[in-house]
Amino acid sequence: MSAEAIRMEGIVKRFPGVVANAGIDFSLDWGEVHGLLGENGAGKTVLMCILYGLYQPDAGKIFIRGQETRVRSPHVAIGLGIGMVHQHFMLVPRLTVLENMAVGWEPKVGPLLDRRAMRRRIRALVEDYGLEVDPDARVEELSVGEQQRVEILKALYRGAEVLILDEPTAVLVEQEVEALFSTVRALKEQGKAVVFITHKLHEALEICDRITVLRKGKNVGTLEAKGATETQLAELMVGREVVFTVTPEPLESEGRVLLSVEDLSARDDRGVPAVRGVSLQVHDHEILGIAGVQGNGQKELLEAICGLRRPTKGRVRVGERELTGESPSRLATQGLVHIPEDRHLRGLILTFSVEENAILGQRRQPRFAVGPWAQKKRAIRAYAGELVQRFSVSVPSLTAPVRTLSGGNQQRLILARELSRAPQVIVAVQPTRGLDVGGMEFVWEQFLQARRNGAGILLVSMDLDEAMMLSDRIAVMYQGEIVAVLRRGEATKRELGLLMLRGTGEVG
Amino acid sequence: MKWAKEIGPVVGAITLALGVGAIVTALTGYSVPQVFKYLALGAFGDWYQVAQTLTQATPILFTSLSFLVAFRAGLFNIGAEGQLYLGAFFAAWAGFSFKLPPVIHPVVCLLFGAAAGAVWGFIPGWLRAKRGANEFVTTMMLSYVAIKLTSWLVSPGGPYHGAHWANQTVRILTSAQFPRFMRGAQLSWGIIVAVLIAGIIWYLLFRTPRGYELRAVGQNPLAAEYGGINVTKNLILALTLAGALAGLGGAAEILGTHRRFIELFSPGYGWDGIAGGLIARAHPLGAILAAVLMGALRAGGQAIDRAGVAPADLAAVIQGLVILFVVAPELIRYFQRVVRRKKLGDIES
Repeated sequence: MSAEAIRMEGIVKRFPGVVANAGIDFSLDWGEVHGLLGENGAGKTVLMCILYGLYQPDAGKIFIRGQETRVRSPHVAIGLGIGMVHQHFMLVPRLTVLENMAVGWEPKVGPLLDRRAMRRRIRALVEDYGLEVDPDARVEELSVGEQQRVEILKALYRGAEVLILDEPTAVLVEQEVEALFSTVRALKEQGKAVVFITHKLHEALEICDRITVLRKGKNVGTLEAKGATETQLAELMVGREVVFTVTPEPLESEGRVLLSVEDLSARDDRGVPAVRGVSLQVHDHEILGIAGVQGNGQKELLEAICGLRRPTKGRVRVGERELTGESPSRLATQGLVHIPEDRHLRGLILTFSVEENAILGQRRQPRFAVGPWAQKKRAIRAYAGELVQRFSVSVPSLTAPVRTLSGGNQQRLILARELSRAPQVIVAVQPTRGLDVGGMEFVWEQFLQARRNGAGILLVSMDLDEAMMLSDRIAVMYQGEIVAVLRRGEATKRELGLLMLRGTGEVG
Repeated sequence: MKWAKEIGPVVGAITLALGVGAIVTALTGYSVPQVFKYLALGAFGDWYQVAQTLTQATPILFTSLSFLVAFRAGLFNIGAEGQLYLGAFFAAWAGFSFKLPPVIHPVVCLLFGAAAGAVWGFIPGWLRAKRGANEFVTTMMLSYVAIKLTSWLVSPGGPYHGAHWANQTVRILTSAQFPRFMRGAQLSWGIIVAVLIAGIIWYLLFRTPRGYELRAVGQNPLAAEYGGINVTKNLILALTLAGALAGLGGAAEILGTHRRFIELFSPGYGWDGIAGGLIARAHPLGAILAAVLMGALRAGGQAIDRAGVAPADLAAVIQGLVILFVVAPELIRYFQRVVRRKKLGDIES
């Protein structure tokens, strides 16, 4: 067997209106962790989806173990020993870990599932790679990190020799990232080949042997991780110099309370109490960060504040006015805007045009409509054009569906829409999720500008680095409660991680 | 350009369907040239036949609009047939009960028909929005209720049984009738009203905040909610409007074509509306063309039967094929979109 596991030559993939991959060469050796870096829309995921058989390339060749191969479907890919862990897990929440792993690949005793044989194999894999997980637990009961382990196990169980991890750290906390890295190292020692897609540069440098950088569908360089620097990679990615961090200048708050939440409780979609008596205040010129592992009630808290979920108890005040449970449009007119967590689910209507999305919360305002029976098309178009220009959103046209925009530009459009309403309070959930360096920089700058102008910002971020960098204060949420509020510089990343995982900062 | 892109595949699908129809015709031992000749002649052969086609297209246009308005809001109105019957009955009732001047009388009848259909759309809309009852099931069930109810109203022993030899009401007054275009053909002003309404629906959907909200709810209810749109209200509104449109269709049928309510007068116009709405890709102006196509197939089918070239069943098969070929890809795309959204989430890089 040659040292080369995979070679892709001149891969071209076009989508209507976009060239996702414009002739990419890529190779992967056995026993290697190969990082795939690039901005959003650079073509990383598309390239790997081609290798995994989800898309067919328009041109180019794929060699697997030196053999030219056509990967017609994921089923073929799995048969060839290629496994992929997607950004969004593809597990059935109601089934157990074992049952999830069996889907599509059931060892059978007659017509029945051979659970014994499966359990044996899973145990062996768990031990080999340190993928601690209970085969009989239901997936819905597992944390995000554990679900990811199940996905990796599933791929290995199906005989994966080549493993593609699509932005695996995006959803993990520090401690879980460490666990993932040791798993990846174990895989490498076993001689397996791993593709690690990410846009976090330090991670790529830490875990990868080689790093390939994609920009606009082209391979702009493959380098040895040893000796490469973040600056070098970032410049390759973006094609210009970039800043990685922004430093919020010290600002004196005037002590006005812009958003005040008192003893707020709410239930999650299943009716289980998810927020238990949370109180917090956001002042002028202040960013209050909320840190916490996903699923500790942050989502419900924010929805309850923003009028998308009925609180079971407590009060929400914007400025002097009590607005508990008011509709999002009423809140917006009172100066509170919301940058939702999921662009596609909440923030945008993907099939609607740029124009139509630009007026989502303001469609009935006199400047855009005459009562409910007529729209001012020209005014809407002019407004959308202005937003697009002022926030440099790159769009094919104002009438193009926002589906055709890249993730970064979609987020810009949302920011443009919400921030141009000159809000007093901005509630943002994961505003940089899935954005590249350039996109993040843009979002951060916008928030700091709003802060400078006196706005108060409530920021939920799963990215601790980001939360720590931007926040004047950080509140840690654990099991529906706020367990600690720390000022800037008071806590280390490790301490925060512990608070997030256990609810207390003591090592024990 | 944008037009050609939308219509091109539809025209292709129709051609393909007619091709397969030809094969089926040949295999069953009928003469392909004869069948197609009479299909074409029956649909567009002379002015009388064109009038026939348009007569059939009129109610189908209303029910297509009914289907697509609900569809735009993310709902399936399967009950247009029943809404049509109810609208037809109440329009007829207003037509023989009131004495009103000419222009006003048909308008009042149309409003009665629309209101009756609206009630029949409101009920499943309310049940869906407030109680989560699947509108697919409720609209269909209520449809049967409406059909049976109107049948009873005009049957012997029912309160509006108008003549002993058939289950129908008495004639509506002349003042309520739609004028017809030519002697001997049933084509009436109904078609003009239908096209007008299609234009209004287009304006409503694409040029008003109301329509924007309705479409937003259909495309992404979560984002609509986030944007401050009342989802519940829009779901109810959409089905109510859908019911009203089908009710209008029934009313136009009575005022223009039958001039009295007759039990089971519709050969399935409500169902044709589903196909019509989908063929039109849920576009109100596209629905005009789709309704003409469906009307042509019906009129052509009758001609084949009349000429004795082939049984009406064969015409029905060809109709079915056209609907299948045009609609199936649309439905498949629709389900693919749903599945893909669930499966892949958003692939971004």
